[in-house]
Amino acid sequence: MATDHKNTLSRDELWRVELRKAKKNKERTDIPRVRMNELDAAYRSRNNEEVNLGLTGAQARLEASRCLDCPSPSCITGCPVGVQIPAFIKYIETGRFLDAAKTLKETSALPAVCGRVCPQEKQCEAQCIHLKMKKEPVAIGYLERFAADYERESGQMSVPTVASPNGTRIAVIGSGPAGLSFAGDMAKRGYEVTVFEALHEIGGVLKYGIPEFRLPNRIVDVEIDILSRMGVTFVNNCIIGKTLTYEDLRADGFKGIFAAGGAGLPNFMNIPGENLIGVMSSNEYLTRVNLMDAANPESDTPVLTGRRVAVIGGGNTAMDSVRTARRLGAERAIIVYRRSQEEMPARLEEVKHAREEGVEFLTLHNPIEYLGDDKGRVRQMRLQKMALGEPDASGRRRPVVIEGEIETIDVDAVIVSVGVSPNPLIPGTFSGLEVTPRGAVAVDETTLRTALPDVYAGGDIVRGGATVILAMGDGRRAAAAMDAAIKTNV
Amino acid sequence: MVKLEVEAPLIARSRKAGHFVIVKLGEKGERIPLTIAGADTEKGIITLVIQAVGNSSRKICGLNEGDVITDLVGPLGQATHVSKVGTVVCAGGGVGVAPLLPIVEAFHQAGNRVIVVLAARSKELIILEEQMRASSDEVVIMTDDGSYGTKGLVTDGVESILIREKTDLCVTIGPAVMMKFVSALTMKYKIPTVASLNTIMVDGTGMCGACRVTVGGKTRFVCVDGPEFDAHQVDFDEMLMRLGAYNTK
Ligand SMILES: Cc1cc2nc3c(=O)[nH]c(=O)nc-3n(C[C@H](O)[C@H](O)[C@H](O)COP(=O)(O)OP(=O)(O)OC[C@H]3O[C@@H](n4cnc5c(N)ncnc54)[C@H](O)[C@@H]3O)c2cc1C
Ligand code: FES
Repeated sequence: MATDHKNTLSRDELWRVELRKAKKNKERTDIPRVRMNELDAAYRSRNNEEVNLGLTGAQARLEASRCLDCPSPSCITGCPVGVQIPAFIKYIETGRFLDAAKTLKETSALPAVCGRVCPQEKQCEAQCIHLKMKKEPVAIGYLERFAADYERESGQMSVPTVASPNGTRIAVIGSGPAGLSFAGDMAKRGYEVTVFEALHEIGGVLKYGIPEFRLPNRIVDVEIDILSRMGVTFVNNCIIGKTLTYEDLRADGFKGIFAAGGAGLPNFMNIPGENLIGVMSSNEYLTRVNLMDAANPESDTPVLTGRRVAVIGGGNTAMDSVRTARRLGAERAIIVYRRSQEEMPARLEEVKHAREEGVEFLTLHNPIEYLGDDKGRVRQMRLQKMALGEPDASGRRRPVVIEGEIETIDVDAVIVSVGVSPNPLIPGTFSGLEVTPRGAVAVDETTLRTALPDVYAGGDIVRGGATVILAMGDGRRAAAAMDAAIKTNV
Repeated sequence: MVKLEVEAPLIARSRKAGHFVIVKLGEKGERIPLTIAGADTEKGIITLVIQAVGNSSRKICGLNEGDVITDLVGPLGQATHVSKVGTVVCAGGGVGVAPLLPIVEAFHQAGNRVIVVLAARSKELIILEEQMRASSDEVVIMTDDGSYGTKGLVTDGVESILIREKTDLCVTIGPAVMMKFVSALTMKYKIPTVASLNTIMVDGTGMCGACRVTVGGKTRFVCVDGPEFDAHQVDFDEMLMRLGAYNTK
């Protein structure tokens, strides 16, 4: 089976050799990069519909033909999980879309998700040969999304074959991308997998964090449904460490545990006025809107909406918050970021979309104080102007204070989006688990095994706020390592 | 005020005095925190006592026998730190009386002299008096209108004890204003005091910060660091203000 697939993914396959010959490289590189079909900015900034509409089959095939099918494809080295990029793209070029989807699934558990949320411009696309020729890279992310969506919409989505049950019970803590991909891989190997989730919804950040307009819930639900059909059991409203302890899981016969609880703890800046009404974490804001559907009048959960909303930070979470604020009716929705746009960690596409939707960017500004009214509601914020100094440890230029330059602006809601820390709940209740000084769970770098031999960990709980693809890759690596350990009894 | 017995064997087994749960009713329901008032491990049930104040609590109070609670998660928060300290005054008002009961029981079992002060507007609103009597050395009843016990506020009841005998610890649960005044009183008498805070919450697992309060000048999350804190360090004014976040003027 495995060798079979290797063959079909090889660029020496006859069909691929011929496909390469069918067009000259010059012709391929001359084709301009496809533009994503998207909703009009004025329209979409007032509703929750998915902004990107995807490519048509014809667009996808043309874009796929831009790929040169390089002999040593550097794009793969840019992908944290090593997706067979040229292989799936060439399948698209020939119109074998389902084969393209299958190829993606060899390495990525959630291609429809990754095609939507991966920072491709920093990963695969950053390594594309086209860049060396001063051309725009192949739209690998769009193509990934296309193949995954095509498969889902074709109704021919395959449930992966599952090995015959081996009777070994495995517990997964958390149902974000790390937990889901681990569960899928272990189920395929015949394990009896149970996923425990603290919240009432399965999906982790994919559900409570990333908004509908960027990643519709139905896409995530399809993946969860497939896992259920593979025999994975989901238990919601169950906090490991509280409802059930590590000892309970062991007593219940779980032979391996994968801790994928994410990095749920929101950071605040500890500046005066941060506890005023209207100042909240992006986790609170996005959870209210995404998980609790607070913007829907039928929902019992309220959310504070403001006319002038400031979002502090420059990451994806900040972009999601500020674009959500626009959708909830903010007249002014402002990103306040202490560095310049160049250092922003958010995906380029998010920044572009936010701008198009009328979001204002106040870069090189850092909040130092919030001021409220007599009811304790935030009304203004004081901002320190910054300049860029020498590069810091992250390689980005360090923001430095411009003495005396302070500005005050009017706001009625502030969303603090300055990062998250690993949730201390799991380390705090698993005695013997080791943590790093930052509070992350410490693991062996290759096996992802923790100090407790039957506990593995991956995703944001190990990395701090990272990415979906890294979390997913961790899930797959941990599954392989745990499987090997169980089989060889070490 | 309504008392619910809810089937939740896992929570019943692992909960301790001071823990709470998050309850959500229906697809569009809100997640609201409720302190666990008691549990029966054998039967696998927990007891919740709810006062109908807002939309969500009214819905929960409207549940009938046999109805299902869509989502229930817990036990959450840190359990009460129970030890033998000597004489403990437990002051409860409103719905705070229900979660106070397991704490009273725990301190009593630990060998403390426990004096309970129960306060309400009038006689009909005094709850759990019998159970409190069974697990304490004395129960002092205070009503606003004097229809039962002594006429006066919870603080009057507490003060009468502090004047009368040496007290080692005070535990208070009730409306934020009440706890604020109890705390101010015990501060005057230099009695260590623990308050169980009932802030607005969303997830209850430390993920959002909706529940944050200032304790000793530092921001803490009530759902994971609390719900009990050293009352004398709590910024009750800020907490009261934050409780008004969703009151439309
Ligand atoms: C708003 C937002 C936007 C983002 N945008 C992007 C993006 O565009 N691209 C990208 O690559 N990444 C993005 N990220 C980051 C990405 O979502 C995370 O890196 C990824 O989800 C981490 O996956 P995980 O499985 O480790 O954890 P999570 O997705 O956080 O899932 C962890 C789950 O575990 C549950 N849990 C925690 N503790 C327990 C316990 N004790 N018992 C049971 N369950 C528990 C939690 O409730 C949660 O559901 C974004 C993050 C946010 C918040
Ligand atoms: S309720 Fe969300 S952090 Fe406490």
